[in-house]
Amino acid sequence: MKQALRLENVHKSFGRVEVLRGIDLDVAEHEVVCLIGASGSGKSTLLRCVNLIEPIDEGRIVVAGEEITARGVDVNRVRRRIGIVFQAFNLFPHMSVLANVTLAPRKALRLPRARAEEEADALLARFGLADKRDEYPDRLSGGQQQRVAIVRALAMRPALLLLDEVTSALDPELVGEVLNVIRELAAEGMTMVIATHEMTFAREIADRVCFLDAGVILEQGPPQELFASPREPRTRQFLQRIIDAGRL
Amino acid sequence: MLIVVSSPGWPEVRESFFYGPEFRESLPDIASAFTRNVRLFLIAEVFILVFGLLLAILRSLPGPVFFPLRLLSAAYTDVFRGIPTILLIFLLGFGAPALDLQGVPNSPFFWGVVTLVLVYSAYVAEVYRAGIESVHPSQEAAARSLGLNRAQALRYVVVPQAVRRVVPPLLNDFIGLQKDTALVALIGPVEAFRQSQIEVAGAFNYTPYVATAAIFLALTIPMTRFTDWLIARNRRRELARA
Ligand SMILES: Nc1ncnc2c1ncn2[C@@H]1O[C@H](COP(=O)(O)OP(=O)(O)O)[C@@H](O)[C@H]1O
Ligand SMILES: [Mg+2]
Repeated sequence: MKQALRLENVHKSFGRVEVLRGIDLDVAEHEVVCLIGASGSGKSTLLRCVNLIEPIDEGRIVVAGEEITARGVDVNRVRRRIGIVFQAFNLFPHMSVLANVTLAPRKALRLPRARAEEEADALLARFGLADKRDEYPDRLSGGQQQRVAIVRALAMRPALLLLDEVTSALDPELVGEVLNVIRELAAEGMTMVIATHEMTFAREIADRVCFLDAGVILEQGPPQELFASPREPRTRQFLQRIIDAGRL
Repeated sequence: MLIVVSSPGWPEVRESFFYGPEFRESLPDIASAFTRNVRLFLIAEVFILVFGLLLAILRSLPGPVFFPLRLLSAAYTDVFRGIPTILLIFLLGFGAPALDLQGVPNSPFFWGVVTLVLVYSAYVAEVYRAGIESVHPSQEAAARSLGLNRAQALRYVVVPQAVRRVVPPLLNDFIGLQKDTALVALIGPVEAFRQSQIEVAGAFNYTPYVATAAIFLALTIPMTRFTDWLIARNRRRELARA
């Protein structure tokens, strides 16, 4: 299988706090990998490093065969191929839904407006947002906003999609519609790395689950193995807490 | 008000400052001179808006590479906010023409505009900067994560949001600018205040000054009201969103 993403011995510190302490991870094309772990374990930081929002201190990151952390790499070109969706949506509040979705294709990919809008309309229609194209973000529900944020990332036709706790800011009744979008993307073979607290969803959708603990991947494996018979005591502890909270 | 009207000197003051016939006679001339104030204001304003934004953007560039530009922009705003406008008008209005520079106009109007642009772009740059800093960093991160470069993120995402937020304080600065166009009288061109001085000298009566004040107020009061209304509306919207 072809390799989509590879992290080798990635280290990242904020000031004197080392947040990522040697991450090794391989993701194959069309694979869905879920990152789980306690809050503060470094999931968001890992995703932000892959998108080059945060520079890493040590190690290397390779995307589709190219080392993106090498010197002199054009970060804008790299980011166009890697989509990221944040917990807080981060839509542009001064733009309509359509303008949010077409901005990067038009300005970064230099697509003509008509072409960008045509593709945006097709994506919006596919995810049940066709009637929202001219609305402004503050007129949408959280679930709709997050779906627009996903569409905005997809409009760049990324080879790799990173999702950071995309349902954590949503009311429970709105979580489902966003998870459905991710299911659909998985079904059509999108390569994804997903940081999530939704363990049931991770178990359902992931090809592989990685348990992050204090900046290292302590344990990884297919979901049925990792959730049913975790080897590491820390993983067991973490999962037990989740089960006790009634979330698995 | 009562103290003024009941003071012993009031009848005399009323004669020399609020003399009806003189008011009616001087008003048309002053009003037509006031169109020069409006022109000064409009021309200066365009340059101030552009130049101030440029300064603010220079100031917001990150990293050590841009340190000299940031320093330059900071020094500029410090200097031109620190010099009294009236002093700068004298310096440029009388000093610059004396240099006899090739290809640079010597008219007081020109140097009046230059002074106002220098001073007010420093103030406006600070207003813009506050606006740029008030846009949450996650907005820029979202734009950059989509592959937009820094300039594009600023232009399409950060600056439009910043400008929307600073419209009320910008309008406040422009009320000040409208009033300060009167300072240009000190170096020559016949604007409203200068015209009123001429009328005062001719009539031995100060009523033209009051007429000038009335004309300024006719412009600045509606603008002040409009600014307050905008501020109130923005606050209502923020509350509605929260
Ligand atoms: N920009 C930053 N500056 C300083 N510390 C940070 C920053 N971002 C994250 N951290 C710290 O890094 C650690 C890991 O954070 P994060 O990657 O967000 O974890 P997670 O997403 O798993 O909850 C936390 O202790 C957090 O406080
Ligand atoms: Mg996180």
